[in-house]
Amino acid sequence: MAQNMTADAAHAHDEHHESPVVFGFWLYLMTDCIIFGTLFAVFAVLRDQFAGGPTGHEVFELSGVGIETAILLFSSITYGFGMIAAHENKVSTMRTWLGVTFLLGLGFLFMEIREFSHMIAEGNGPDRSAFLSAFFTLVGTHGLHVTCGLLWMAVLLFQTAGKTELNERMIGKLTCLSLFWHFLDIVWICVFTFVYLMSVI
Amino acid sequence: MLGKLTLSAIPYDVPILVGTFIGAAIAGLAVVGLITYYGKWGYLWREWLTSVDHKRIGVMYIVVALVALFRGFADAIMMRSQLALAYAGNPGYLPPHHYDQIFSAHGTIMIFFMAMAFMQGLMNIVVPLQIGARDVAFPFVNTLSFWMTTISFLLVNVSLFIGEFSQCGWLAYPPLSEQQFSPGVGVDYYIWAVQLSGVGTLLTGVNFFATIVKMRAPGMTYMRMPVFTWTIFCTTVLIMVAFPILTVAMGLLGLDRYLGMHFFTNDGGGNQMLYLSVIWGWGHPEVYILVLPAFGAFSEITQTFSRKPLFGYKTMVYATASIMVLSLVVWVHHFFTMGAGPNVNAFFGIMTMVIAVPTGVKIFNWLFTMYKGRIEFHATMYWVIGFMITFSIGGMTGVMLAIPASDFVLHNSLFVIAHFHNVIIGGVYFGYVAAMNFWFPKAFGFKLNEAWGKRAFWCWFVGFYVAFMPLYVLGFEGMTRRMNHYDNPEWHPWLLIAEVGAVLIALGIVCQLTQLYVSIRDRNLAENRDLTGDPWNARTLEWSTSSPPPFYNFAILPEVHELDAFAHDKEAGIDTRQAGGNYQPIHMPKNTACGFLIGAFSFVLGFGAVWYIWWLAAVGLIGVIATVIARSSDNDVDYYVPVSEVVRIEQEHTHNLMAAQAAE
Repeated sequence: MAQNMTADAAHAHDEHHESPVVFGFWLYLMTDCIIFGTLFAVFAVLRDQFAGGPTGHEVFELSGVGIETAILLFSSITYGFGMIAAHENKVSTMRTWLGVTFLLGLGFLFMEIREFSHMIAEGNGPDRSAFLSAFFTLVGTHGLHVTCGLLWMAVLLFQTAGKTELNERMIGKLTCLSLFWHFLDIVWICVFTFVYLMSVI
Repeated sequence: MLGKLTLSAIPYDVPILVGTFIGAAIAGLAVVGLITYYGKWGYLWREWLTSVDHKRIGVMYIVVALVALFRGFADAIMMRSQLALAYAGNPGYLPPHHYDQIFSAHGTIMIFFMAMAFMQGLMNIVVPLQIGARDVAFPFVNTLSFWMTTISFLLVNVSLFIGEFSQCGWLAYPPLSEQQFSPGVGVDYYIWAVQLSGVGTLLTGVNFFATIVKMRAPGMTYMRMPVFTWTIFCTTVLIMVAFPILTVAMGLLGLDRYLGMHFFTNDGGGNQMLYLSVIWGWGHPEVYILVLPAFGAFSEITQTFSRKPLFGYKTMVYATASIMVLSLVVWVHHFFTMGAGPNVNAFFGIMTMVIAVPTGVKIFNWLFTMYKGRIEFHATMYWVIGFMITFSIGGMTGVMLAIPASDFVLHNSLFVIAHFHNVIIGGVYFGYVAAMNFWFPKAFGFKLNEAWGKRAFWCWFVGFYVAFMPLYVLGFEGMTRRMNHYDNPEWHPWLLIAEVGAVLIALGIVCQLTQLYVSIRDRNLAENRDLTGDPWNARTLEWSTSSPPPFYNFAILPEVHELDAFAHDKEAGIDTRQAGGNYQPIHMPKNTACGFLIGAFSFVLGFGAVWYIWWLAAVGLIGVIATVIARSSDNDVDYYVPVSEVVRIEQEHTHNLMAAQAAE
């Protein structure tokens, strides 16, 4: 038994059957998770430091945020359909689902930017109080990640244009972006709960 | 157009800086001239700067580390000289704003660019060889990491001649580091240098963790991994946990400065203590990120030169892992005086003292390894023994500081300075130098000169005590850190003694440079060459291949049957280099300039952002993104080494080996 495993391991190693890319990317995501974890902690410390400025209750509009949340969660499902198609090597179906995901992501980003610009226009920008600094930084960092994800998705759509089948490297890239996209969803659920809901309660 | 940058940013009226600039310019021109004269630019570019070979990246890291050591030490001896002079009526030769930049730069450079670069260099050279792998998991990411570290160091040095560096200490505590009190570009240089080098380090952490998990030779279970690999394994975990926190700390301070936010400001609800908590959440694990690999190196060296297997391998592994975990729950001991209350302080004080237990286990393991061993007093062993004495003292003063009540007395005094130099010089630096002496023949194929190695050790060892023991006394006498002038007559003699110590350490560095020079000069002498690849009769796999190893490391991947795989093979009479000669084509990564380019664009981004030259920063950022996309679209990233090439290289090695044995 042990010998068999050793031989298998040697085989896998020599032939490079098992790429470390997805594992490595997953590790990177865990470090990203710590970045968000620290930002959440910072937000928790500064959430009551209004410095005479508005509270969360006064500036957050839950209905818009609810729609944002729905869009982002739905985009995870559409990306999932894209991955199913990718594993079946249906390139054009995969590209269609990725395109849908891209548009949903863009819609999320658009709504977030609109929310931010409204707040800034009313004088409630990130330089107003420590609470708003922490809010804009946490939510903005998530938005920046979504932007990177969209850029990455555009690059992958470009790279798969005109392809009839996907090689192992491309599947690896799609899987990494998939992990990234679902990860951003999970972070957003925490943002929605701890930042928006708890500030409004 | 040029943001804040004007001609007045060039400090041409400060003689020290002009002199330094002329010196650096002459040295730089000499290097450029020599490379041009010998026509080595193409070689340098193809074989080194764009290399993805972990051994070459490792060597380049250590070159950067040695340059950083030189710069950091120049700062150190300037501070000591200032304090030897600046007593009573004498203001010394460094005005306060200059002195403050020097101690900030000294700390920043020594930690981020000397120690971190040295550590990453060692792990690059040793770990893939030690686990029987042909490269790291992500060779391109490896070259990227190197360049991020290097351009950040360049950014710090640019601040010497264009503008200024931070005057806020090596951790840039707010509110001093906020725009309100530090309106210059110094803190921005600091933020960008630390932030960009942090990206490189984080990627190294991910890369080597994946390498160790996924690429060990067949049969090498976790409990058969060499101790050095184990310590690097734990270090990479700490890097992955701690460096994102640093990224956040620098990011938030940057947002305060650039966008007027209120994380750590005096007004607007900011909280400076939040910064301390976040920065030390990185800063304390960082200490162990640096020292664990040194522990690993000491373990390898002690067992090799005691001619015995390491005593208590398993306890060594468990001790390393315990330290890894404990290092994450002690950060508050850096600010006991914050006033978190007796319960919080007691918890963190006790956790800090608990770390002394696994560390003590390690010290005893090394002692028992030496006990009844046939110890060879090689130059590397000098550093090991010097470390054991010095580090034990440093550890004990650390336990003193871990008692909150005594920390209230000693906080921010020179006692703290003496303590952390005691552990960082005595632990980290001695360890890295020992490791460099130990693994040098593996990287280059010839040994370092021992006589000069021992001279360097004695200068450093004695110099350390002369320079830093007075600082303990001064701490008890109430002298605070970061002072640039004092009136107390009782302090003066101690500071003069410390200055003598700094000069002794300077001699130590001169001895080290001489050691390198002499060793390179005599590299072809028969007694210096390492033809077998195993100059010390060592126990782990890196010594089973030739010195320097072929670029693919192992023609045939070794099979591991027990701990200390190479020692086992030697006892069993297995010749790993000649294992059948049944070669296969070897899959290897191609060299790439992308790491260098991303580094160069990041430098442009950082420099543009420091000076508020936004078009330049945009050029840098777009350059980074474009290079990443280009790299992602490039499918020509690897190749197979044909069997005929492997046979040629292996036969050449065998031929050299037999010729050498015949000559004996």
